[in-house]
Amino acid sequence: MMQAALPAKAAARNPHLPFGKWGLRVSALTYLIMMIAIPIIVINIEGLRGGLDQFFADFTRPAALSALWLSIWTAAVMAVINIIMGTLTAYVLIHYRFPGKRLLDSMIDLPFAIPTLVTGIMLVLLYGPQTAVSGFLDRQLGIRILFAPPGIILALLFLGYPLVIRSVQPVLARLDTNQEEAAYTLGASGWLTFRRVVLPVIFPAMLTGGLLSFARALGEFGSIVIVSGNIPMRSQTAAVYIFGQVEAGNMGAASSVSVVLLLVSLVVTLGVDFAYRRKTYA
Amino acid sequence: MREKPVNTFWAWVLIGIVLLYAGLLLIAPIVAVIGGAFEKGIQPFIEAITAPDALLSLRLTFLLAISAAVINTVLGIIVSWVLVRHQFPGKWFFNALVDLPFVVSPVIVGYVMIVLFGRTGWFQNLPIQLAFSVPGMLIVTVFVSLPFVIREVMPVLASLRQEQEEAAYTLGASPWTTFSRIVFPAIRHGIIYGVILTLARALGEFGAVAVIGGAIEGATETATVYIYRALLDRNNIGAYSMAIVLGLIAVGILVIMNRLRPNERGH
Repeated sequence: MMQAALPAKAAARNPHLPFGKWGLRVSALTYLIMMIAIPIIVINIEGLRGGLDQFFADFTRPAALSALWLSIWTAAVMAVINIIMGTLTAYVLIHYRFPGKRLLDSMIDLPFAIPTLVTGIMLVLLYGPQTAVSGFLDRQLGIRILFAPPGIILALLFLGYPLVIRSVQPVLARLDTNQEEAAYTLGASGWLTFRRVVLPVIFPAMLTGGLLSFARALGEFGSIVIVSGNIPMRSQTAAVYIFGQVEAGNMGAASSVSVVLLLVSLVVTLGVDFAYRRKTYA
Repeated sequence: MREKPVNTFWAWVLIGIVLLYAGLLLIAPIVAVIGGAFEKGIQPFIEAITAPDALLSLRLTFLLAISAAVINTVLGIIVSWVLVRHQFPGKWFFNALVDLPFVVSPVIVGYVMIVLFGRTGWFQNLPIQLAFSVPGMLIVTVFVSLPFVIREVMPVLASLRQEQEEAAYTLGASPWTTFSRIVFPAIRHGIIYGVILTLARALGEFGAVAVIGGAIEGATETATVYIYRALLDRNNIGAYSMAIVLGLIAVGILVIMNRLRPNERGH
């Protein structure tokens, strides 16, 4: 709140800046509108250009619906696993000292740095049909990883791993240890302390990170086009479907699925933004 | 300190689960790709990576990433400044816009460019060709890597105390002098971190540049598009070798990130 009050005062004290101030503001906002708002408006106009009936007809085709549904459910499964494992990783990193800790902590950002297409290739090499791992899973347990939903979820887990950890870690680090210790002293078990004292504090950060990884996963393309094998109705996600339709020149099909996919990710991100970021910078 | 030596059975179980998960998820795939590229020794790897089209695609990737980083750094600093220091109606909306490139599918971004500038697009008679060309690829690369500098610089700028700036103004310093002498040094760290993230994102972009670039060999083929084509052509060594090169760049970026990362995580 202090930050909100200060700039107005500072601006009032710097009368020699009217042109600079407006110049900066206009260029910043124009940049954001041109680069981000306009593309999003364009895709919506293009998607709805043929009328609502055409829009519904296009995205309710079986292949389109199944691609959208596959994107949504694999992203949701990933988000749930990622929230649990990401929180656990952040907890362990903050609370314990153990061999390999530094390496683990520095490896966590790797998915931010590595191109997602390379992620796809790494998973194909690890779980591809010719490898020992997948041979065992396929023959003994009848589980196929590549060219099937488990491969998609694995790729998404890789991409999303840092998001929950980097969201929860700072909150855990700032958490008041006194409360935790008090709970222990009063005889609460580790689990009870976590559930009653730690969890309520870190829950918003867990949810923010999880939702962000969900929204990010919905549109993922590079890794999935490699691991999914692109089989319509079985392992074709929405982004891969759009790519195929654009290549084939079916603009109507590409646009309508884009609009739906965009709508879902917009609702999720704007929700997160509205709930948390707004408090920080508004 | 809060960091405890591990003393209970359950603590070891938790650590074991995390190490196993991270090992399977992060480390096993890297080992696999290194194994794949060097399967037949180092010679084929060198040959694959020095093939003319491979080198050309790497050059284009660097050209796009560096240009996008320059654009997004300059404009990113301006956007951060305006979003933190200025008060105006609808600010929350612009602030929310910044996050969108992170979640909008890159395929959709490339597709929007086709809708606007493609063969049957809305604007066909422009002086520069944007579809299936490098300028169009630069625009989508700028889009996908737009949030990073802004999201790193904004919190630093917001936490900056303004007494020094006001003192500088009072002593008659120009806005530019005040910025370059006082504000810039304070936010420099955030900017560098943001630039690194921008570069990483831009170097690895695939979906958007593949759609708008049209994957024309030797002209609009980036390193990632090269990998994709190599896989389709069953040139596995070529694909894995280029993947290793991009992976090594990623590891380099990761090392720099770890050096620079603000030490805020309680250790």
